[in-house]
Amino acid sequence: MDTSAACPTTLALMPDAPRPTVDSLQRLVLPAPLSLDCGQVLERVEVAYETWGTLNASKSNAILVCHALTGDQFCAGENPVTGRPAWWPRMIGPGLPVDTDRYFVIATNVLGGCMGTTGPASAAPDGAPWGTRFPVITIADMVRAQRALVAELGIDSLFCVLGGSMGGMQVLEWAVQAPDSVHSAIPIATSARHSAQNIAFYEIGRQAIMSDPDWRGGAYLAEGTRPDRGLAIARMAAHVTYVSEGALKRKFDRGLQDRESTSFSFDADFQVESYLRHQGRSFTDRFDANSYLYVTRAMDYFDLAAAHGGRLADAFVGSPVRFCLFSFSSDWHYTPEESMGITRALVAAGAEVSHIETRTDKGHDAFLLEEPGFEAALGGFLEASAERRGL
Amino acid sequence: MSVRADHTAIASRVAKGARVLDVGCGDGELLALLRDVRNVDARGLELDSADAGRAVARGLSVVQGDADADLEIFPDDSFDVAILSKAIQHMRRPDHVMAELRRLAPRVIVSFRNYGHWPRRLFLLANGRMPSKQSWYSESVLHPCTVSDMLDLAAHTGLFPVAAASVSGERISSFRQGGFGRLNWAADDVIAEFARS
Repeated sequence: MDTSAACPTTLALMPDAPRPTVDSLQRLVLPAPLSLDCGQVLERVEVAYETWGTLNASKSNAILVCHALTGDQFCAGENPVTGRPAWWPRMIGPGLPVDTDRYFVIATNVLGGCMGTTGPASAAPDGAPWGTRFPVITIADMVRAQRALVAELGIDSLFCVLGGSMGGMQVLEWAVQAPDSVHSAIPIATSARHSAQNIAFYEIGRQAIMSDPDWRGGAYLAEGTRPDRGLAIARMAAHVTYVSEGALKRKFDRGLQDRESTSFSFDADFQVESYLRHQGRSFTDRFDANSYLYVTRAMDYFDLAAAHGGRLADAFVGSPVRFCLFSFSSDWHYTPEESMGITRALVAAGAEVSHIETRTDKGHDAFLLEEPGFEAALGGFLEASAERRGL
Repeated sequence: MSVRADHTAIASRVAKGARVLDVGCGDGELLALLRDVRNVDARGLELDSADAGRAVARGLSVVQGDADADLEIFPDDSFDVAILSKAIQHMRRPDHVMAELRRLAPRVIVSFRNYGHWPRRLFLLANGRMPSKQSWYSESVLHPCTVSDMLDLAAHTGLFPVAAASVSGERISSFRQGGFGRLNWAADDVIAEFARS
């Protein structure tokens, strides 16, 4: 895809021109302080967001896209800060399943994130970066910030909230917090409750970051260091959970990297090692280590059932929201069984629910990749829901 | 698009506004008909994800799953009618599936191929071979049965037959409340409605 036409001419002519900074992104200051689950109150919260398409006169065609752990608000357009392409290019755009010719699409950067929304890299009231002084936030807090933003945009009711992985957690949380403000919900490859295995993998990542001497007890921004090694290892550990053994075997198996035989050393002999190292390195260019701590912690704390007396169905009783869940057969991060558990709870709560499991070897990341059956079914659900809403 | 004759026949047995579960609903053709003509609360279970996706695109609520294992997600008495079209003989445990349907709804509608149909009996008698549509080993039917066998399973499950009709291609007889012995001999396919006994 040629994206150069979309870039400002100056950037195209001068490839070395500095990229815009996070501070230049579109942001909105929430009108009121944000009360958090931890009991603290955040004053002056900024939410970075992007929109595509046009809000109709009755303000009934708005779709909120929620991003995953390492995503951002640039789901349908290139991120100008990192220069990286949209993370959901097959799903959102003109004529695509989430059709920006038809719907008004909003995407925010989550609370605690590092792409313009208030997070640990933002300035605290004393002017210095928050660092680990930033309060521990939850998925529910992220949704509270999104709700305040959507209200500021003058929208009372969203046509749809959709997202995968941690984005799916936000979708579920939206349906619980504001059932009358959500017409349809599409939680993808997600869970209503972080498992012990999920917590364990993210704990490895956090320990890697906090063990990096350059982390400086979380104050690396003030001290001018970067815990890139720790963050890269965190990304490597997490990335393994996003792909399946089948996909790794198909792509790399035990293939060697630029060599005929093993080197009897600790070089990246295997292609899979080289691939993981690349994944780790390229991640540090675009993500803040403290944000990684906070956002993974928010996922660990997510347990919708616990917040409703231990019975997930009770979170959704009488819900008017139409749900369509998607899962992927080889996803061992958030398994199809977990999606079926959510489906069971929604059925028990009397909600309208569909659940489609796509057979694929692409693992958790399948929702971001080419899966025509999944894309067609999601588009079909939106189409049918739009008809129901009179769009 | 023309409406399948067996779907019209099933629709005639479903009350307006009923809560209906179609197990093995395919692309949702029957459910969409029931929704549009009978205004039912339509839910489906379908094994094939592409078919389930097409049903969802019709605006139906469909869970992709396996009737042998996944009916347990639905609570007791979630429905007024549970429908199983041309699938009971494909189940690993038809007895479990029938028991589940009985748990979910007071009325159960099942359609199936009748292996008691006289040409099939004659075929087996004359050729000494199974009357399979394809090779016996490549058919997806795991449990071939006759009308009498089905009545036997229903009784075992705690269901009694309310009415049944014979289906032969596009031709459907009217539903009758008895004469099952004759159906067992004369019907190619059968649609039978059961109620809890």
